[in-house]
Amino acid sequence: MKQYETVIGLEVHVELATKTKIFCSCSTEFGGAPNTHTCPVCTGMPGSLPVLNKQVVEYAMAVGLATNCKITQYCKFDRKNYFYPDNPQNYQISQLYLPICRDGKVEIETEQGKKAIGIHEIHMEEDAGKLIHDEWSDCSLVDFNRSGVPLIEIVSEPDMRSAEEVIAYLEKLRLIIQYLGASDCKLNEGSMRADVNLSVREVGTEKFGTRTEMKNLNSFKAIARAIQNETERQIDLIEEGKEVIQETRRWDDNKEYSYAMRSKEDAQDYRYFPEPDLVPIEISDEWLERVKAAQPEFRDEKKARYISEYKLPEYDADIITLYKKMADIFEEATAICKNAKKVSNYLMGETMRLLKEKNMDPEELSFSPENLAKLIKLTEDGVINGNVAKQVFAEIFEHNTDPESYVEEKGLKMNSDTEGIRKIVEEVVASHPQSVEDYKNGKEKAIGFLVGQTMKAAKGKANPGIVNQLLKEILSK
Amino acid sequence: MENIISDETIEYVGILAKLDLSGEEKEKAKKDMGSMLDYIDKLNELDTTGVEPMSHVFPVKNVFREDVVVNGDDRENILKNAPEEKDGSFMVPKTVDN
Amino acid sequence: MNLMSLTAVELGRKIKEKEVSVTEAVTAALDQTEALDKIYHCYVTVDREGALKKAEQVQKAIDEGELTGPLAGVPVAIKDNMCTQGMLTTCSSKILENFYPTYTAEAVLNLEKAGAVMIGKTNMDEFAMGSTTETSAYGVTRNPWNENHVPGGSSGGSCAAVAAEECSYALGSDTGGSIRQPSSFCGVTGIKPTYGTVSRYGLIAYGSSLDQIGPVAKDVTDCAAVLEAIASYDAKDSTSVKREDYNFTKALVDDVKGMKIGIPKSYFGEGLDNEVRNAVLKASKTLEEKGAVVEEFELGLVDYAIPAYYIIASAEASSNLARFDGVKYGFRTKDYDGLHQMYKKTRSEGFGQEVKRRIMLGSFVLSSGYYDAYYLKALRTKALIKREFDKAFEKYDVILGPAAPTTAPEIGKSLSDPIKMYLGDIYTISVNLAGLPGISVPCGTDSKGLPIGLQLIGDSFMEKNIIRAAYSFEQTRSYARCAAALERD
Repeated sequence: MKQYETVIGLEVHVELATKTKIFCSCSTEFGGAPNTHTCPVCTGMPGSLPVLNKQVVEYAMAVGLATNCKITQYCKFDRKNYFYPDNPQNYQISQLYLPICRDGKVEIETEQGKKAIGIHEIHMEEDAGKLIHDEWSDCSLVDFNRSGVPLIEIVSEPDMRSAEEVIAYLEKLRLIIQYLGASDCKLNEGSMRADVNLSVREVGTEKFGTRTEMKNLNSFKAIARAIQNETERQIDLIEEGKEVIQETRRWDDNKEYSYAMRSKEDAQDYRYFPEPDLVPIEISDEWLERVKAAQPEFRDEKKARYISEYKLPEYDADIITLYKKMADIFEEATAICKNAKKVSNYLMGETMRLLKEKNMDPEELSFSPENLAKLIKLTEDGVINGNVAKQVFAEIFEHNTDPESYVEEKGLKMNSDTEGIRKIVEEVVASHPQSVEDYKNGKEKAIGFLVGQTMKAAKGKANPGIVNQLLKEILSK
Repeated sequence: MENIISDETIEYVGILAKLDLSGEEKEKAKKDMGSMLDYIDKLNELDTTGVEPMSHVFPVKNVFREDVVVNGDDRENILKNAPEEKDGSFMVPKTVDN
Repeated sequence: MNLMSLTAVELGRKIKEKEVSVTEAVTAALDQTEALDKIYHCYVTVDREGALKKAEQVQKAIDEGELTGPLAGVPVAIKDNMCTQGMLTTCSSKILENFYPTYTAEAVLNLEKAGAVMIGKTNMDEFAMGSTTETSAYGVTRNPWNENHVPGGSSGGSCAAVAAEECSYALGSDTGGSIRQPSSFCGVTGIKPTYGTVSRYGLIAYGSSLDQIGPVAKDVTDCAAVLEAIASYDAKDSTSVKREDYNFTKALVDDVKGMKIGIPKSYFGEGLDNEVRNAVLKASKTLEEKGAVVEEFELGLVDYAIPAYYIIASAEASSNLARFDGVKYGFRTKDYDGLHQMYKKTRSEGFGQEVKRRIMLGSFVLSSGYYDAYYLKALRTKALIKREFDKAFEKYDVILGPAAPTTAPEIGKSLSDPIKMYLGDIYTISVNLAGLPGISVPCGTDSKGLPIGLQLIGDSFMEKNIIRAAYSFEQTRSYARCAAALERD
């Protein structure tokens, strides 16, 4: 069989984190009752007119700069005309002729090494409403709450060759945009959506094959499966001597199959023309500089700094910077308690464990760095021991509890009363002669059991240093 | 007439514009569009090389809104004119693909 | 005294001086409408109850000294393409036969703030597409000067209502001549302001880059006062322009000494009716006699304005009118099978012939493969036309010409040949393409007794020049009332 290569380009839609919609002052808040965040503008009422939200331009510029794009300093909006009920005006205000960003690139890293993925353009546009299929009436219901929510569409060059590269690219975009605070980029909630343009060609050929566009991909897993499935489908067609048709296909992740979204009524001829209701945007050098100056430290720089400034192991720095939220907590907590490694340990260990246990996204972390710093301080000062700290952290993670008052209220302070602990140790030694025997016969591990029993008897609060010291002292007698 | 509009063209434009013309209307539309295009072709006499297309007649630019929520819940009004509604939503024929 | 024979400003003065109550003024307009609208059909909707209620409120505000402007208490008619909260707004189309807007157009709100009392909504060509008001889904409007003739269009209802004195003044909209041409046909005065002067928020769009709302009234004084009331910078309309000076009534000065007036030779060529030519040239003579410097000049590209206009306006209209689809408001067809058939049947049944013709043309010129050849070519032509005007206004303060090549045609004679109908817009259309202000003032009648309009065009934001020239010209003659109005005295 011939050797084939998959060629992939991505169209990524990202919902921007503005408070209001792109062309009206309606809230973008998620989850309101149908049509409660709407007005004449975002429902296409006759006579209504759009006015551009400045923050959308700023976010789009920021993403463009962070992805090494050229900013189009004179840009305009165009109308894309097509009929669909989720599109209240039956045209979408978008950018075709002069998109705000062009010619960028981001670097990805996979097992094959580093690679640059080109960005063709980034443009601003409005989101559509939501259609819900009504089972009872065989009708669809239109909710315009999402209509007019600002989007940027990031169009890549066809530079990717595998699902692995696609996912690395999406991860990279997600990190950049989250670091900018321009979006929360949740694939499963639709605030980040990727359409996959895919074609195959024989290895060694220059010319691209005919591509298809795949929609409705709601997770990294779905993307990987769809890429595999579509690659095989296209290769099969070619092998059978058939042609790949340029078309849009919809992925059904349950059936693991895609089908063509073809219809005689969708001519896909969008009749773009300059939006007469909006005036051009002219981005001055000063404005551009201001947005440039406000760019945050991105992951790669941050990672390098964590290693050099905080002496974190590369492994720790890598994981903590993977999410903006984690990095923020790390820096703020470290600034207070001055113990980077301890903070890192909490994030890498307990935090990750609890996130996994509760099936949460790191961006959803809601405890304050102050409380984590206080907790570390409490252990450093010997107020509580490690076991208690773990228990207190679970409280902080869940309820953002103030550890100082919690420890006070629950009476969790460490017991460092040597004489009191000595009594307990003596009792434990007396009641476990076998372990004492084992220890004396060279079984070092037996001491661990005795420590455990002592801690248990001390309700977990005994100072472990003192317990160890006393045990060794008594056993060596 | 120099611009002959075919049945296919009228059919195609009808799909784009979501207009379904009757047989008689279709013939008239073909004729009208043909003669309009003949007339419009007059613009070809004009040399517009190097002329920047003018979409906006005045150089107004950078008209923005601040990102502040002003609008509240106006659902009752928004749905007031709906031909059909259900559960606070506009009701349309089924839109499931295929 | 027949209150409706007064100009808006005269009536406003009498109301202010308590000679006339607002209710009397509004009742006069309503009674006149009741008597004459059976014949002329200027209105789609008349709101007697609402108007009388409003009259009481306005009277109270006047009495309490809250309303002091020249238009307080004066009855007005609004073209039916401007949204009016809770009042039927149809654009004279079946597709909006049941549309009650939930908000009011900014220009109308501005009038309400000035104390205007709205009598009703006036008939028009469907979605402002037409030059005769015959394309309305609710029947033709007849010219009050001769009921067998059209009033012009698309603001035919507004202009006929002013001529028939069924209101004291009206608002119209002008995309390619839709205020100036019917003003000319009905013997009234109308201004199309500089693009961006009056907010388009709430004006149901036809050609967004060309549409402007403007006043229609008996004389220049009224028009200046109304323009002053409706013009405003509106943050809701991104194309609205912040002007330094909205004081249009200041230009009501009878003095054209030294004013430079240019007459484009190409405006007096083939196709211009002789009687119209003579009346307009006579008007230019009058201005010259009053001290204006009048000369002929070559205004280029006049013949290219109409094709460029029909590409741009149709293209924008095809997109602007896409929202009328039976989903959110307006008419929805009775029987349909599936979404696309619902769309197609709703739109095919809801829109009239002329609207469909322009939507088809507009969709075609924007469709794949034709955009550059048609749309971009038209935008380039528009740029060249603007340049021609810029050149002219380096030399002249005002450009003078006819508003239309003929007087009002007979009903039923225009629609069969669209190209011929479109050619009737030859003197008005380029003004919209270049965003300029224009005014039409009566300058005589033809042998059939039908009015002739003089058009004065100013440079962008120079409304004051055309107001001053028109006002000076107007001082040389008296306002001619049509027979229908005279009979009611």
